[in-house]
Amino acid sequence: MIRLELTRRPQHSALFSLVSPLLALALTLLAGVILFTWLGKPPAAALYSYFIEPLTEMWSLHELAIKAAPLIIIAVGLCVCYLSNNWNIGAEGQFLMGAIAGSALPVLAPQFANGATLPLMILCGMIGGAAWAAIPALLKTRFNANEILTSLMLVYVAQLFLDWLVRGPWRNPQGFSFPGTITFNEFALLPELMPASGRANLGFVFALVVAVLVWFLLTRTLKGFEVRVLGQSPRAGRFAGFSPAKMTVFAFLVSGALAGLAGISEVAGAVQHLNEKLSIGYGFTAIIVAFLGRLNPLGAVVAGLLLALTYLGGEAAQISLGISDKIARAFQGALLFFVLACDTLIIYKIRLSFGGRRATGSV
Amino acid sequence: METWVAILLTVTTAATPLLIAALGELVVERSGVLNLGVEGMMVMGAVTGFAGAQIFGDPWAGVALAIVTGALFSLLFGFLALTLATNQVATGLALTLLGIGISGMIGEKFIGIPGLRMEPIFVPGLSDMPVVGRLLFGQDPLFYISIALTVAVVWFLFRTRAGLTLRAIGDSHGSAHALGIKVIRIRYLAVMFGGACAGLAGAHLSLVYTPQWVENMTAGRGWIALALVVFASWRPFRVLIGAYLFGAITIMQLHIQAMTLSEMTFLPGAIYALAAWVKSVPAQFLSALPYLATVVVLVLISRNRRLTMMNTPAALGRPFVPDR
Repeated sequence: MIRLELTRRPQHSALFSLVSPLLALALTLLAGVILFTWLGKPPAAALYSYFIEPLTEMWSLHELAIKAAPLIIIAVGLCVCYLSNNWNIGAEGQFLMGAIAGSALPVLAPQFANGATLPLMILCGMIGGAAWAAIPALLKTRFNANEILTSLMLVYVAQLFLDWLVRGPWRNPQGFSFPGTITFNEFALLPELMPASGRANLGFVFALVVAVLVWFLLTRTLKGFEVRVLGQSPRAGRFAGFSPAKMTVFAFLVSGALAGLAGISEVAGAVQHLNEKLSIGYGFTAIIVAFLGRLNPLGAVVAGLLLALTYLGGEAAQISLGISDKIARAFQGALLFFVLACDTLIIYKIRLSFGGRRATGSV
Repeated sequence: METWVAILLTVTTAATPLLIAALGELVVERSGVLNLGVEGMMVMGAVTGFAGAQIFGDPWAGVALAIVTGALFSLLFGFLALTLATNQVATGLALTLLGIGISGMIGEKFIGIPGLRMEPIFVPGLSDMPVVGRLLFGQDPLFYISIALTVAVVWFLFRTRAGLTLRAIGDSHGSAHALGIKVIRIRYLAVMFGGACAGLAGAHLSLVYTPQWVENMTAGRGWIALALVVFASWRPFRVLIGAYLFGAITIMQLHIQAMTLSEMTFLPGAIYALAAWVKSVPAQFLSALPYLATVVVLVLISRNRRLTMMNTPAALGRPFVPDR
């Protein structure tokens, strides 16, 4: 019988820390080849239209930046959470609440249109996301309630709340029967970066700035050290005088505020009004981005671009080869699986053992 | 009276998938493994259950396919979390995301096709009894299975040696390993049982609850099942109570949304006034009730830290790598 045996490495393998995401990517592509062959599509052409074609044209590079921005911004916040061992999986809800809170100004007071509009919207968006994230954080620190489940439940609540707003009180009276708010005034929109070649907007710049700032926070400040210590050993953290409860609140507020920033940037950027289909699962895909980027904010930038490519590739492959764009979601899930599996190589050596029970009697 | 029976019948229909999925996860967690992939396994069960019924023309074929799919799908989680000792929280999430992705892909050609419904089984004689007859003896087959499963899980966990072993592993995998118990092998079996249950629960959704396929049709029920296990302090009979409580909340809000005020006149005065008030609340707020209730229940149950610590399997979520 063949068995896999794990042996703990004396220290984390630096080599595999770098190689593991690449290996995971290669395995995902391999799975793609198998899947496309099984579906009777030429695998080379399918992979080309998935992963290369969107990169060959200027306008689609712009679209890549648009899709990548929210993924990166959310994932950077999730890095803080996951490194400190706080499992916020409700970023999708915080994204929507940020979008709602930020949209309140242009929807309810469209006549307030001046240079202060956009900064105020962004501020409100971040507060909205942070407030929504504060709920699971406080329920965890005050009442010991599992943050995984509470943060996720609040996603559904946020979706329903958004649905009610855009069909009810915030619906555009001139919007025929379509749910959605009025289109924002020009002062409430994020400026486009290079309007001549495509519609990428300031959101992508936010993503890069946020990634560098949080990277600095995590690697160069005492707070970053606190995040890591409490994440790896809460006991050691308490001896150092760090408070796990305060860290939980901090991590959730940071990631909630960033998810909210992503939300308002998406509304004020690509969509330009609030509607019920605002998110295409950014908050969940960002979880994959965070892990693929090795919980490093700079890694999240690369990973975010890659996952954005799977969204675009899904659309491209649907048009050129008639492959369902639902495959994109399956690809994303598979990628996370391979990333987690390959990460084992960082901590453990894996050995195949043949034959039966060894003399030491191990399982 | 007829209306009450009809309402209570729908409560059991809403509670059954929650009960089955939560029972499976309870066994998994009792063995010390936290599989957050319930939602993903359930949605895979829903789509394969629907597909199996369509292809073979028999809902039972769908049920069988869903159970097998759920168990096989959970093996992906098992391989990572048990053999490769990955982080269980992240791996469970990955399973959910993958399940939602793959089920969407498989199910695309089933969207809009009317499904096959599993017909209720009437126990001759007994089902003619007033009120309880229909409720206890005139239900869909999966209802009977869910009740039998509850009893079986209680019996297995607390009355058999294998159950004792499983609980021992969940509390201290190190000690169990030292006693020569095959920790990983038993955990694999537990994870597969959880997967089979989640698959069956999914099949209930697409063959009994709403016989059709809609993308992502589990709508968070897998997560509610996870919360139910915490709510029940890892005890099977309390899972049963919790599932019916949640079934009631889900169904009450649906009924209030669907009924007109004149249809509610059978209700006693105070409840009628309450229902009339609730009807003035936007539908979305009512739909949010089961999710909000989950949050509230989690808070109430976890508030007492010592009690929670006592009930939680001590090794829950910790990866086990045998020493060599």
